[in-house]
Amino acid sequence: MQKRSIVPVIYILFLMLPIYWLVAMSFKTTNEILSGFSLFPQTFTLENYTTIFTDPTWYWGYINSILYVTINTVISVAVALPAAYAFSRYRFLGDKQLFFWLLTNRMAPAAVFALPFFQLYSAVGLFDTHLAVALAHCLFNIPLAVWILEGFMGGIPKELDETAYVDGYSFPRFFATIFIPSIKAGVGVAAFFCFMFSWVDLLLPKPLTAVAAKLIAATMTKTASSAGYELGLLAAAGTLTIIPGAIVIWFVRNYIAKGFAMGRV
Amino acid sequence: MKTENQKAWFFVLPVLILVAFNALIPMMTVVNYSVQETFGDNVFFWQGLDWFEQILRSDRFHAALGRQFLFTFLILIIEVPLGIAIALSMPRQGFWVPVCLVLMALPMLIPWNVVGAMWNIFTLPDIGLLGYFLNHVLGITYDMTQNPFAAWVTIITMDVWHWTSLVVLLAYAGLVSIPDAYYQAAKIDGASNWAVFRFIQLPKMKTVLTIAILLRFMDSFNIYTEPFVLTGGGPGNSTTLLSIDLVKIALGQFDLGPAAAMSLIYFAITLLVSWLFYTLMTKDDLN
Repeated sequence: MQKRSIVPVIYILFLMLPIYWLVAMSFKTTNEILSGFSLFPQTFTLENYTTIFTDPTWYWGYINSILYVTINTVISVAVALPAAYAFSRYRFLGDKQLFFWLLTNRMAPAAVFALPFFQLYSAVGLFDTHLAVALAHCLFNIPLAVWILEGFMGGIPKELDETAYVDGYSFPRFFATIFIPSIKAGVGVAAFFCFMFSWVDLLLPKPLTAVAAKLIAATMTKTASSAGYELGLLAAAGTLTIIPGAIVIWFVRNYIAKGFAMGRV
Repeated sequence: MKTENQKAWFFVLPVLILVAFNALIPMMTVVNYSVQETFGDNVFFWQGLDWFEQILRSDRFHAALGRQFLFTFLILIIEVPLGIAIALSMPRQGFWVPVCLVLMALPMLIPWNVVGAMWNIFTLPDIGLLGYFLNHVLGITYDMTQNPFAAWVTIITMDVWHWTSLVVLLAYAGLVSIPDAYYQAAKIDGASNWAVFRFIQLPKMKTVLTIAILLRFMDSFNIYTEPFVLTGGGPGNSTTLLSIDLVKIALGQFDLGPAAAMSLIYFAITLLVSWLFYTLMTKDDLN
């Protein structure tokens, strides 16, 4: 048993190396980065972070990203809950086809949608708003949330519903006060995955935003291409994008494995 | 088990409207472009299926498709066995399990362009950790902006770094669901480690591995941001995968017709291969 655990340790070291390098880079001065190789920051500096936290074009990027990710997570989970309930409890015309069609949306190459999305959201007057990005991400987050929630709901015996009706609960009251609390873990896992896929994607939000809702990821690409030498700043911005994910994942750590395994297990 | 109830449609309606709005309208736009030619100013001419024929016959498309299949093939044969091996060697319980899971999941929560930028910084020949180590400590000449082979090794390593954890987490979820009694029975029968793996662990992981392989196939086949940020498709066209080529045609050259036709062919291939994988992997269940 002891000898075996060397494998995960090596794997985790391999995962941490590039992250370490990014973080180390973010504490170096531009001068030090360009002057040669150094394993640890020689002249430790917070200058890169100061730049980000004092320049509105930088820190608004973070706020914008967090805003649309939050809106998306709320919308996705809210509409997926009743739908997942329907899929897990009832048979209805076209249910299987609908479920499969929802999942195919995860297979479409996102690159295909970039330009049509720009035209669609310009046409409905939502271009450059947080709502546009949040709605666009629903394309793949809603199917995912329905998939995960349906898996969790399948594990709740139907007797729970029936007992509640016998006790005189109305459907909305039963759903909100009994059913949702009993799949808390599932709601957490679904919200986590919606957060994750909305946070990491850049392809769809980029053509949908210009100034007002500009996201951090796009701010970064711009800085990287126009001033390629500012590696320290780029590294600091990158390091800051890891933090929200790390916080969220810590809250759901006991459910991650289960959440991944959901669906048809 | 389930009761028939057509009113369930009302529960599904919000999902249907939102997804249809995002999926059907853009898809119709793509179909529309794919059969027309435009010279700008919103003037379009009917083109029929010419674009499809042109794309299907073009060497450029064949080359990008070949690279894409090679990339996805390498990803699957490296990440799936590696992920299973790591999951098998993880402890089943204890303090370290959640810590391991959190650390392993971390790369998946980093925005994709940051992943590309991070690997770029990591592999810079003279000032990146990996680049410096290879060039100056091991003495291997390594520069992925010059050498196509080095560029391929880098994008594959990056994807292994980024996504192997998905396979690990799924396989691990399958493993922890196996009751202890199975292992005890195997021990009494004197089963070898291989027999335990082949006849107990693998069958129990089958469902989650199907999900893992499908997800890894779809995502690696549609990959765009990470290799684009890391190599920009170069050197030359050596790492121009399908999505990168598609975006070059659509937004770089603004050839909307051919790009739209290519999108539809691309989507059809993804659907077809996913369906093949799914049918092959669940075939035994049906028999």
